[in-house]
Amino acid sequence: MRSPGLPALAGVFAVSLAAGVIVQIGARDRHRSDDAPGRTARRRDFGGYRVEGRTVTINAPRSDIYEHWRRPEKLMRFLAEVTRVEERPDGIFLWVLSASGDKLEIETKLVEDRPDELLAWRSTEGAEMDLEAKVQLRDAPAGRGTEVEAHIAYRPRRGIIGQWAGTLGGTDPVKRGRQELKRLKMLLETGEMATAAARGNF
Amino acid sequence: MRALTWQGKHDVRVETVPDPQIVNPRDAIVEVTATAICGSDLHLYDAVIPGLRAGDVLGHEFMGRVVETGPDSTLRKGDKVVVPFTISCGACFFCRQAQFSACDNSNPVESQEASELLYGHAMSGLFGYSHMTGGYPGGQARYVRVPFSDVGPIIIPDGVPDEKVLFLSDILPTGWMAAENAQIQSGDTVAIWGCGPVGLFAVQSALLMGAEQVIAIDHYPHRLQLARRLGARTIDFRHSHVLEALLEMTGGLGPDAVIDAVGMESHGFAPDNLLDAMKQKAGMGADRAHALRMALTAVRKGGRVSIPGVYGGMADKFPLGALMQKGLQIRTGQTHVQKYSQDLLKRVLNDEIDTTFLISHRLPLEDAAKGYRNFHGNQNEWTKVVLTP
Repeated sequence: MRSPGLPALAGVFAVSLAAGVIVQIGARDRHRSDDAPGRTARRRDFGGYRVEGRTVTINAPRSDIYEHWRRPEKLMRFLAEVTRVEERPDGIFLWVLSASGDKLEIETKLVEDRPDELLAWRSTEGAEMDLEAKVQLRDAPAGRGTEVEAHIAYRPRRGIIGQWAGTLGGTDPVKRGRQELKRLKMLLETGEMATAAARGNF
Repeated sequence: MRALTWQGKHDVRVETVPDPQIVNPRDAIVEVTATAICGSDLHLYDAVIPGLRAGDVLGHEFMGRVVETGPDSTLRKGDKVVVPFTISCGACFFCRQAQFSACDNSNPVESQEASELLYGHAMSGLFGYSHMTGGYPGGQARYVRVPFSDVGPIIIPDGVPDEKVLFLSDILPTGWMAAENAQIQSGDTVAIWGCGPVGLFAVQSALLMGAEQVIAIDHYPHRLQLARRLGARTIDFRHSHVLEALLEMTGGLGPDAVIDAVGMESHGFAPDNLLDAMKQKAGMGADRAHALRMALTAVRKGGRVSIPGVYGGMADKFPLGALMQKGLQIRTGQTHVQKYSQDLLKRVLNDEIDTTFLISHRLPLEDAAKGYRNFHGNQNEWTKVVLTP
């Protein structure tokens, strides 16, 4: 006859093992053992925010890159998904995007503006999306240009489901952000943006 | 215009497609006067390279006359140019150190995603070589839009026959870089797998770079004959045991450097290759790496391994032990064509390098599908096909 206690014992063992793993992960988070950016952590808990970012090295002076992020007309040149950026008095920036078909208007305030170094925007109270975006510029080593780090923390609309739907539908904001940084790099390094499109503006 | 389009596995057709236009300021439009089918086009023909779509215009070896220029092009209408298959911006981190085929800015951002996921980094743009490398319409066509026309195209002096310089677009610099990557020293034996156009140019290049002996390996008698005519000794793997022969031909030492000019569709009936072939057919992203495995086993201790052959996916049963235990060095990559253009143009014009000997067939562009069929099916006699629109 099989011992009836065996499955129960296995169950208890599994639960305690899982608990042990969770405690372990928790402990690791409290005592960070590495210098990697927080957004690259395997276990991510940013209080309901999604935090993403990307760094590219652009062979251009910091001042050029700063200007491209600071001036609405220049932002429009490489932010393909943004249909309009408007700068209003008191550092209010209005961003109009078309995300998976529906129009999205986000009002932000420029909360940090250190020329050639740092720009940060935070959504204003009651904005359509809760977010904070930041662009940091650093000199790359050995004359390689400027390291441009753009990161964003936002509360996904329609929560985690909306986030997955966006990823699957190709409107993933992380992917779009990555592509926009690369467009800026192309624009500043080559004066144009690579395309295999058959028709252009000339 | 008329252009050779990919429709599916073993199905290419010449069709009428819209003429290209200037899209970006540095573009030029080239009217093609000569173009060729590359061995690596056969990987597309066999549908083992991911990212092809029905209707894609193929071809990455072409030359012609400039008929239109964007405002920032440095070319002039009427210039005769050979166009490198690699599209390079000339300004990014990689281009600035002459690693042109690693250009960061020539692959449109949307089509960078696939290679970024698959390889960890985005590949550069190439002409007519799938959407992973940009989806740029290729050169087996009447006209081609050439981006960054101020960086790539090689201006050819008047009066030089097309066939003499056409291969500056790919296979000549590819064979040359393959030999350079073998880091040849005096006294060296260089063993080269594959006597296709790249292998044959690698034979010539290795001898020019001072190799004592070049041993070319293949199973097509006519291709082996061409290699021998260039000064190589040969091994026919259908007749001889390659590893044993290489040892005996190098005083028991093994070749100092090996070049894999075969790539992902190795021939032969070795057990590892049959397994690879099955997996490749099943679409498991497996490359047939038989030639490379053999090369790694054959090369002497502390030797050098150069891989110009094209790979796209994964390989297992890979002789990592031989690689580490023998202390080998590997150099590989898509060719940095623009790095070699001027030097090779000079060598071709001075007749130091023979470029036309490998052309076996000349066809009008309209017959391009026939060219593919035979270059694929009768590799012994069809060594290189040149098409004229």
